[in-house]
Amino acid sequence: MTIRHILIGASAAAALLLVAGCANKPSQAEIDTQALAMIKAGFRDQGIAKIDRIEQDLGQKACSSDKDPPEALAKQVEAQALASIKWPTGGQYIGDWREGEKLAQNGRGMTWTDSSTDTKANGAQCYNCHQIGPAEVSFGTIGPSLYNYGKLRGVKDVTDPASAVIVQYTWGKLWNSKAYAACSNMPRFGHAKLLDETQLRHVMALLLDPKSPVNE
Amino acid sequence: MTRRLHPLALATLSLCAAIATMPAQAQKSTAEGIAEYRKMLEDGNPAELFEAKGEELWKTARGPKKATLLTCDLGQGPGVVKGVFVTMPRYFADTNKVQDVESRLVSCMSTIQGFNADELVKTPFGRGEMANITAMATYIAGQSRGMRMALPQGHAEERRFYDLGKAAFFFRGGPMDFSCAACHAEDGKRIRLQDLPNLTKNPGDGIGFAAWPAYRVSNGQMWSMQLRLNDCYRQQRFPYPEFGSDLTVALGVYMGVNAQGAESIAPSIKR
Repeated sequence: MTIRHILIGASAAAALLLVAGCANKPSQAEIDTQALAMIKAGFRDQGIAKIDRIEQDLGQKACSSDKDPPEALAKQVEAQALASIKWPTGGQYIGDWREGEKLAQNGRGMTWTDSSTDTKANGAQCYNCHQIGPAEVSFGTIGPSLYNYGKLRGVKDVTDPASAVIVQYTWGKLWNSKAYAACSNMPRFGHAKLLDETQLRHVMALLLDPKSPVNE
Repeated sequence: MTRRLHPLALATLSLCAAIATMPAQAQKSTAEGIAEYRKMLEDGNPAELFEAKGEELWKTARGPKKATLLTCDLGQGPGVVKGVFVTMPRYFADTNKVQDVESRLVSCMSTIQGFNADELVKTPFGRGEMANITAMATYIAGQSRGMRMALPQGHAEERRFYDLGKAAFFFRGGPMDFSCAACHAEDGKRIRLQDLPNLTKNPGDGIGFAAWPAYRVSNGQMWSMQLRLNDCYRQQRFPYPEFGSDLTVALGVYMGVNAQGAESIAPSIKR
């Protein structure tokens, strides 16, 4: 083999490497497919947390990248979510704000170290992400402040028809937050069976009852 | 997982009680107080005990083959420990896999010492050989203390794992619709009083990926990155992530490459 042959061989090998390097770059669609397979293979059941939890619905899938979903898809997710809202039995929206405060403080539920998926085992998680009552300084900031939530929205009497719009919106937001923002970070407390109607009424009272410390 | 109460944990509890009774106006000084408290604890970080234990384990002949790990290649050649931590996870030709420090330790313990890899990865955190893997990871991290994150991205698999890790980071699911990004994609956010690093970019020296393994004062445990991710997924209400899975390693590549240039302070001390 002459030096020339070696040189040709070497440059051919270099070219092959270069081509291989380029050809190996997977497309975004290929990455998405591979990622899904990797995620599915990466989890196992533990206690109440089963692998079916990584089966995504339309909204979860639409909100799984660093980019917002296309507007038409976002609207579809919101419409689906709005249609899913179950309004409270007997039109009864408001419970006891004291119970609501307890639920808001409680960040428990639905992990693999919890023993039951029953709504009674769950807190409402509120203070993890929101400022709410004036006495609690240990609050998160992922969501907006809810201090004076009812007062700022002019709720003087929760039974007054003038308050109906904001009362219903608040119920809807708690039941399925995605009805108003497709990729909201807030859990769908009613839709995902995290809280039952009675618990939701208590959280509603914490936010809307003029006697709640939130509105004083 | 056992959760025993460390004396330092009691101190934390009383600190939490003190915080809970403070008025809203005192919030800034509360955060400052916590920072001061952390600083105080740094003088005697119990992680040092795990580093010492890890070093001894690394150098001791163990396992069915009665061998040390001094021939284990963490990416810079057999037995080299200094500076390797800030270059992991990375691609390893012998396993043809991208591996983080813990999954690499499993490979070395299996091939060099004769341990059963399947049994190792199934061992619960804090027990038996898993506690040893955590200690060795702590030792290896300590040998890169003060160095800057420098994960290689030269191999196609390393670049692919970055993209896969990013996809996993934004993957939304579970009963509460959470993803890693739900809490870690914006600056300046908190859960309760806990600051959340933005892990979609370099969050700064010694923050996020550059802070683990860490000794956790609140439960008196040494937490590796695998356990850190495991507990994130628990709180995300996801199912249980497999130890050393491609999923967890890919997340490590994503966070580590994003943190490129950040100073590693691991093993650190945490609340």
